Amino acid sequence: MSMTRNPIPWILGLIALVIILSSVFAVVPETKQALIVRLGNPHVIVNPYKPNQVFGQTGAGVVMRIPFVDTIVWIDKRVLNFDMQRQPVLSTDQLRLEVDAYARYRIIDPLRMYVSAGSESRVGEALRPILGSALRNELGKRPFAALLSPERGQVMDNIQTELNRVAKQYGAEIVDVRIKRADLPDGTPLESAFQRMRTARQQEALTLRAQGMQKAQVIRADADADASRIYAASFGKDPDFYEFYRAMQSYRRTFGVDGQESTGESTVIMSPENEYLRAFRGRP
Amino acid sequence: MLNEGGGPWGGGGSGGGPGGSGGGGGDDGFGPRNPWSQPPRKRPNGGQPPFGPSALDELFRRGKERFGGGGGGGGRWEAPGGYPIWIWGIGALLVLWLLLTSIHRIQPSERGVVMRLGSYAGMLTPGMSLTFPSPIDKVTMLNVDDIRVHEIGSTSEQSQNLMLTGDQNLVDLAYSVRWNIRDPQLYLLELADPDSTVTQVAESAMRAEIARVSLTNAIGPQRSEIEVRVARRMQEILNSYQTGVAIQGVAIKQADPPAAVIDAFKEVSAAQQTAQTYINQARAYAQQLSAKAQGEAAAFDRVYAEYRLAPEVTRRRMYYETMEEVLAKTNKTIIEAPGVQSYLPLQELKRSAPKVTGPAQ
Repeated sequence: MSMTRNPIPWILGLIALVIILSSVFAVVPETKQALIVRLGNPHVIVNPYKPNQVFGQTGAGVVMRIPFVDTIVWIDKRVLNFDMQRQPVLSTDQLRLEVDAYARYRIIDPLRMYVSAGSESRVGEALRPILGSALRNELGKRPFAALLSPERGQVMDNIQTELNRVAKQYGAEIVDVRIKRADLPDGTPLESAFQRMRTARQQEALTLRAQGMQKAQVIRADADADASRIYAASFGKDPDFYEFYRAMQSYRRTFGVDGQESTGESTVIMSPENEYLRAFRGRP
Repeated sequence: MLNEGGGPWGGGGSGGGPGGSGGGGGDDGFGPRNPWSQPPRKRPNGGQPPFGPSALDELFRRGKERFGGGGGGGGRWEAPGGYPIWIWGIGALLVLWLLLTSIHRIQPSERGVVMRLGSYAGMLTPGMSLTFPSPIDKVTMLNVDDIRVHEIGSTSEQSQNLMLTGDQNLVDLAYSVRWNIRDPQLYLLELADPDSTVTQVAESAMRAEIARVSLTNAIGPQRSEIEVRVARRMQEILNSYQTGVAIQGVAIKQADPPAAVIDAFKEVSAAQQTAQTYINQARAYAQQLSAKAQGEAAAFDRVYAEYRLAPEVTRRRMYYETMEEVLAKTNKTIIEAPGVQSYLPLQELKRSAPKVTGPAQ
């Protein structure tokens, strides 16, 4: 009744209530861990990360605090990412490679993280140079060819172990380290790689041509041999007759009477003793 | 129905000053809200019967009567002077807000993740769902059927996405990754930035796979195998992060040699053509030669078959036929005496008209 007539105190009261409630209660979501700091001293951790926890059964929910005495430090509970800047890596055979990597990490000890780093992003910043040097150390022990697929073998495990050792000091845990890119640096290394590719292709082109030529020669030789065989099989039946037959063919060809083009005109000077003129002289 | 209810209700509010009739109007307006409202809602509710004779009013009345038991105490709000407009205003906003934040309509492709006071409280499946109103329950809708596509590298001439292959060559690669959300809960709660995680994992997995194959395989025959292997590897990594993401596929849109060396690659294909040309030419020669040999052999065989029947005669005939043809076309000089050949004017003989000289006995 009085509310309808004089609403102002009611409204003010309501606003005050909301302010008090919101300063006493806080909602801790699933994605955050809350570190309650009482008068500057870490007091309690709400919704801390535990492995293999089922969502809905975590510590997330409403939490009470004493206004002006407790402050809440929010710390991400999810898996976080930091990217490493490009790192030049020198292989044992003195070849350069530029490597991009990333790491996934999670804050598993909010208290230690709060004391040592203050915030999650500063953990990432602190770990970044460590990842860089771990990467250089591990990859630098290997020849260039092995750097191309460093996913294999011990390399990434070693880097992760090394990084984890440091991360623990910040209350973090490295979930995974991976090389995103491994490229040849611009300039001479890239150019010489291109040059190598070019010469390799040119060599391939030459080889292909030579192989083509060689195959062609073999085909021709086979054909010649084949023809010889056919001739021999046929003509070998009577070499004597072949001699005569071929001579006749040859005369026709030479004197241009077999229908094919022949050059030059011919003059025959014959002795009457010639076989062809035997009958000419009246001899049998 | 909301608007219909709001209209007379607002009218009732404005007319609230005059007296009880305003309250009655408010009651009428309030009727339609009953079906949706939550029982614990403490709403002023008049017990006055409506005066509108229409069927709609009758309906409102019945609804109100049903509700009347709980709202029985509300009679005291009906004091002369009625309710000021601001109470109605706040009440309307509250109701609207309750309705909007507690009823959720989930499309078939969507899932709603419910967070109750920050804690995960379940997943809403397609259909209508009821939750607590907003500050208590928060619902995040996620489209699980929507296939998202991340493009890495580009097919344009200007930009190159070079990768080292297993044989230390470079390949210019452009590919896309298609994925969707498999587990909304994990997608929302487990990773700080799931979308960029997918891209990073794709880059990492693709490079790892490309580093295992040679350039020629990456460009040509093994592209589809690489796609499958990258998708599998990505899924493994993403599962290990518990991203709740399902990789639908990886598509290599372009796998070319770098632009700087493309000419050398063209030279190779030109050389292949040339080599094939050589071989074709040789084959043509071989066929010609073989045909010629077979033809000549066949001709000889036939003639020889004839010859065998009458060797001497055939031989003579062939000889004379050939000589006839040969000598018919040539200049002939028959010299009787031996030893004169050296004095013959050969040039003249060549030029002279065809004639037979010498003694023709």
